[in-house]
Amino acid sequence: MTVVLYLLFGSLVLGGAGLGVFLWSLRSGQYEDLEGSANRILFDDDGPKR
Amino acid sequence: MTVLERGRGDAVLAAAAGAMGGAIDPAADPVPHTGMSAEPAHACAHCGQPAPAERRFCCPGCAVAFDTVRSLGLGSYYQRRVLDPDQRPPRPEAAEQRDLTRFIAEQPDGTQELTLAVDGLQCGACVWLIESVLGRDPAVVTGRVNMTTRRLRLAWRGSREDGTRLIAAIESLGYRLVPFDMEALTAARDETGRALIRALAVAGFASANVMFLSIGVWAGELAGWLDSMGPATRDLLHWVSALIAMPAIAYSGMPFFRSAAAALRQGRTNMDVPISVGVTLVTVMSLSETMSGGPHAYFDSAITLLFFLLIGRVLDHRARGQARAIAEQLLTLRAVDAAVLRPDGTTVRLGQHAINPGDRILVGTGERVAADGTVERGASSVDTSLVTGESLPVAVIPGGQVFAGTLNLGEPLVVRATATGGATLLAECVRLIEAAEARRSRFVVLADRVARAYAPAVHLAALLTFLGWYFGAGASLNESLLIAAAVLIITCPCALALAVPAVQVIATSRLFRAGVLLKSPSALERLAEVDTVVFDKTGTLTEPSLALVREGLDPEALSVAASLAASSRHPLARALVAAAGPVAGREDVVEHAGRGLAAGDVRLGSWGFCVDGGPSSPPPLEGLGREADRGWGEGYRGTVRGVSTPHPNRPPQGGREQDGTGTASPTQDGTRQSAASPELWLTRPGHPPVRFGFDEHPRPDATAVVSRLKGMGFGVHLLSGDNPAAVARIAETLGITSWQAGQSPVDKVAAVEAMGAQGHHVLMVGDGLNDSPSLAAAHVSASPSTAADISQTVADAVFQGHGLSPVTNLISTARRARRVMRENLVLAIGYNVLMVPLAVAGYVTPWVAAAAMSSSSILVIANSFRAGRVS
Repeated sequence: MTVVLYLLFGSLVLGGAGLGVFLWSLRSGQYEDLEGSANRILFDDDGPKR
Repeated sequence: MTVLERGRGDAVLAAAAGAMGGAIDPAADPVPHTGMSAEPAHACAHCGQPAPAERRFCCPGCAVAFDTVRSLGLGSYYQRRVLDPDQRPPRPEAAEQRDLTRFIAEQPDGTQELTLAVDGLQCGACVWLIESVLGRDPAVVTGRVNMTTRRLRLAWRGSREDGTRLIAAIESLGYRLVPFDMEALTAARDETGRALIRALAVAGFASANVMFLSIGVWAGELAGWLDSMGPATRDLLHWVSALIAMPAIAYSGMPFFRSAAAALRQGRTNMDVPISVGVTLVTVMSLSETMSGGPHAYFDSAITLLFFLLIGRVLDHRARGQARAIAEQLLTLRAVDAAVLRPDGTTVRLGQHAINPGDRILVGTGERVAADGTVERGASSVDTSLVTGESLPVAVIPGGQVFAGTLNLGEPLVVRATATGGATLLAECVRLIEAAEARRSRFVVLADRVARAYAPAVHLAALLTFLGWYFGAGASLNESLLIAAAVLIITCPCALALAVPAVQVIATSRLFRAGVLLKSPSALERLAEVDTVVFDKTGTLTEPSLALVREGLDPEALSVAASLAASSRHPLARALVAAAGPVAGREDVVEHAGRGLAAGDVRLGSWGFCVDGGPSSPPPLEGLGREADRGWGEGYRGTVRGVSTPHPNRPPQGGREQDGTGTASPTQDGTRQSAASPELWLTRPGHPPVRFGFDEHPRPDATAVVSRLKGMGFGVHLLSGDNPAAVARIAETLGITSWQAGQSPVDKVAAVEAMGAQGHHVLMVGDGLNDSPSLAAAHVSASPSTAADISQTVADAVFQGHGLSPVTNLISTARRARRVMRENLVLAIGYNVLMVPLAVAGYVTPWVAAAAMSSSSILVIANSFRAGRVS
């Protein structure tokens, strides 16, 4: 039965980490320009990005 | 629509091209031959606009831009680009004068930063082009385009002049950049949207985990032939669910709780009230079950319900946010600086709001007027399309009035400001719009109206059930709560909440496929109530651009005229070229701004321009002052004496309005408008002068639409700011008996409100700025997609295409939608009403209630699809 407790704890920690990462990505503004991000993968840039 | 004087245009563009300083590497550039084979033979290779046949570009600006792009090795841009017809074409035009000092922010590390609105982004290739061009400049630290909000964030090391140079470089490629005011920018940060997404993330995390645990519980309960889960494990899982779900519900439910509390504080209920009460009640009940070790815990239902509702809210908010960003961008693109002449002779650039009445402003060529005022010096023509929607420039002379927001096309003007900032016509229109919108937002949508009656009744029923069971029948607290929760769930307004939006979504997407963009969901309900339709004339009932009157025209004269007109962007020249068909443009055409075109001895333009010896020599005709040289395309006013050459194409004098004086005779708007039709004259040595008349054409199906509306029993009216003769002509052609001419924006609003006071519900269809207050004041409004920006922002519906049939489409779709909405409401309420007695009697456990509720929702959605069928 203790394995259930370990599993519960583990899944919560991992889920919480996922949530934390999502909130960070939201705060760093990655969702501001969804159209632009979608188009940028098609750009052909060879030089270093600014 | 600016009239470029070629010399100035070339100088600007040469300077910009020289400023690029990038490596020229033709070998690295893929020549875009194949990419353009899909375009018609006479489209400009750079901007896609019509170019004279046998020429690759429509203007020297495009030629320079093309060479710039290719010399930077970015030629693949043309292969990748997809031109968006709704966007401004990437044709470089003389940049408006602008001082950037007010907008540049200096960062602590020494970089200068500037945010600009970008006009003319066609697709991702444009973003790539702009960023690549900026990236090659060593001074640039950041040059990043946000495609969703159409903004460019530019940071560079250096001086302010570097910034101006960078902006000129991008503008030379055909985009228009306008700096953002920093205060406006920070106010626009989307806090609500972010809060919603955070709530969504938390709800998602919690609901996924709680669902996992619930699957365990259900599996444990239902596995009859396996060892079922003991109560201890079940309780453990319930407790863990509680610990995850309760903080999550408290956090992600905030948007709903806040909205419900706000409504309750005003003594009303809206849709969020039952949702909040239901979620809270289910949570409390589940907690009490968990604490007492009972089997029915519904944390998963509560948190998952919040998750799905939040998905809907986030998507809805994003859709509106996009519309909001575009509206902000449009307003920024129109913001104006002005050069104010100080008494000591110096010039200082001030923002629109720093100008005072009585200040003298210098309005250069290609610059927008910053305030309402009177012209003190200079004679020119202004593009008033922003204010009136008229495509034809209007001539102004000293003593004439100009309005804020109009564009000066000819020589520089000195204007004495009479109304500034908040007192201009533009601001007045915005205020009228805001007042009307405030009135309109009090229109309570059907769903909220039902919620007002429904929600209190439902809560009362649940409360009575609880009290009845607890006190009356002596049941335990848990059981009573359970039954009360079942009553609340079974009467849950989910189907009710879906009844209207489901139909709105389907009707809106059907309209979208037909080329009509419906901007506000409540517009459907308002459209269904309409019984009167009011139209504006120019641009709404008629095509936005003028068309050539072809009767009695000599085709050879037409093609000669078209060969001159091919290189001009004046709207009349364009109409001439459109009527003439493909014609080779002449190379040696010189355009005299505001007056006409000349190629050798052949002249095309205003009467005065055609007959006088040249731009600087005085007109030879006696008795004519400067007034004869109105700006080409103007109707001719003035008495003519001493004309020696017979002109068979001129209509008899009696048919014209004679106005011998030089003063402006103001119409309602205070701007000069010609009573006679606009015209161009063509003079050639050895041939008599030829007159080309232009007229407005009604939209192709306008007559049919008007008669159909009348057949459906609508009152049809026409309100226009134009002169009575023109309005009467159109009204007669289309069969509209009730019309008014010479209406100012205030007059139009008064007329619309008078109809409203009589109990009519008015659909207003209009396109110019002078229509936008009445668009806002009407019960519901629509604009063609060629309308002035602010009309499109204010109108409830924007329709594309040349025809007017979207108007009847809108009304019939709205009526059908309203019918289906009512059916849905009946279904939703009826279904629930059947089930309530069962729930009150205690025969319904919460999960049965949930199943019943879901099936009623599915029934409502299925019925909504009938709104999408073509009637």
